[in-house]
Amino acid sequence: MAKYLLLKHYRGAPAAVNDVPMDRWTPQELSAHLRYMSDFAARLEATGEFVDSQALSPEGTFVRSDSAGGPPVTDGPFAETKDLIAGWMVIDVDSHERAVELAGELSAAPGAGGQPIHEWLELRPFLTELPTITE
Amino acid sequence: MVDEALLRSLTPTVIAVLVRRGADFAAAEDAVQDALIEAVRTWPRDRPHDPQGWLITVAWRKFLDAARAEASRRRREESAHAETVPGPAVAVDDTLQLYFLCAHPSLSPASAVALTLRAVGGLTTRQIAQAYLVPEATMAQRISRAKRTVAGVRLNRPGDLATVLRVLYLVFNEGYSGEVDLAAEAIRLARQVAALSRHEEAAGLLALMLLHHARRPARTRPDGSLVPLAEQDRGRWDTRLIAEGVDVLQAALARDRLGEFQAQAAVAALHADARTAAETDWVQIVEWYDELLRLTGSPVARLNRAVAVGEADGPRAGLAALAALDPALPRYAAAEAYLHERDGDPVTAARRYADAARAASNLAERDHLTRQAARLNAQLRD
Repeated sequence: MAKYLLLKHYRGAPAAVNDVPMDRWTPQELSAHLRYMSDFAARLEATGEFVDSQALSPEGTFVRSDSAGGPPVTDGPFAETKDLIAGWMVIDVDSHERAVELAGELSAAPGAGGQPIHEWLELRPFLTELPTITE
Repeated sequence: MVDEALLRSLTPTVIAVLVRRGADFAAAEDAVQDALIEAVRTWPRDRPHDPQGWLITVAWRKFLDAARAEASRRRREESAHAETVPGPAVAVDDTLQLYFLCAHPSLSPASAVALTLRAVGGLTTRQIAQAYLVPEATMAQRISRAKRTVAGVRLNRPGDLATVLRVLYLVFNEGYSGEVDLAAEAIRLARQVAALSRHEEAAGLLALMLLHHARRPARTRPDGSLVPLAEQDRGRWDTRLIAEGVDVLQAALARDRLGEFQAQAAVAALHADARTAAETDWVQIVEWYDELLRLTGSPVARLNRAVAVGEADGPRAGLAALAALDPALPRYAAAEAYLHERDGDPVTAARRYADAARAASNLAERDHLTRQAARLNAQLRD
């Protein structure tokens, strides 16, 4: 088994095919989308491939330490040009092929006009623990 | 089947008995947890006639075993210092004192919540961890640190009831996740605190919880989406809980010592009293928010008051009241969107609903606010 992170972006990913902001969808389209997302997670729970899923607020700041003893420096809210993560799902699957297949399904969630959004999701393998046998 | 509710309701009493016999709080709490686990294991086969007596006996034995093991471990280590003498016995003389200890002002809110749920709620660390979506090891550390923090506290004067009530309020507001219904658990504990303390604000908090819990069946659709108060099917409100909440509140108010929880419960009671949303007595609700503001000066109460003014005196009055507040307040944009829609300005309302969705702090509200924006935008396109 291998863990993968599926990252969804508010900004910073290439534009989706069906790229309409959510508040411009109809309420029915919104419901269909949310149902698809929760069905997807439930299905992965049933197959034993679901690990975690979280959504993030778009509000946030960059923080770094300042000179010793001083309070940390903040930069934000994020500028319009910055990459912005919307949320993630972690899956635990048998192969890279399976991870790609699932990311593809998630990207096809219905959006405006009931058509698949075809949004870009970022798929990142987790680095694993050191295996016992390495030679 | 083990009656878990019964088992848990006995927890604080049994801890108090062990402490009275000379155990320190942390060791007593550990021993009672061990006894609870044994009860869950053995009672289905062999249920004792006197559950409380059984728990006291078994917990005391667990405490003695642990104390002996600890003493011999210390002898083996041949420590040069005698600093590990057990801490001073906490003068806990009843269950209420345990609540004070678990919500001691020296604890952070998160620690007080965890310790309360374990020591007086009788939940396991695993259940608490699951409810708060943190790893079990993290929650175990939080609880043992909290126990160390209060280890030296002597309960020789009355504790601070306000901190106990705040902890229970936090537990109630966390709602539901995992196998434990935290809202129901908070009500159970609030009932006990109200009975033990006979304080009108404890009653006020209990009433507030009962009245909000009564609406829970109508508050979400089967798909999990939020139903706003005005659109809820009031036939699905729990009339038994409402009746109890109103009774508890009236008895508290009759003592004429108003506090913030009583004022909040009064608002909830006025909503419960209206058979339809249109029949809501908004004028009285505004008056209760005025009382709440006088008591707390809370910005959140000010925001809720502005929305109530919008219902009582029209959306323009509501928007005027809102204009005096800090736009950075939680739910400010949502309140403004709502009032603009009622004022016949769907363009501004849709824009502010979209802003509100971006500022939302939870998924259910975010989806609800996005849906409101989508609904108005769809109307504007037609």
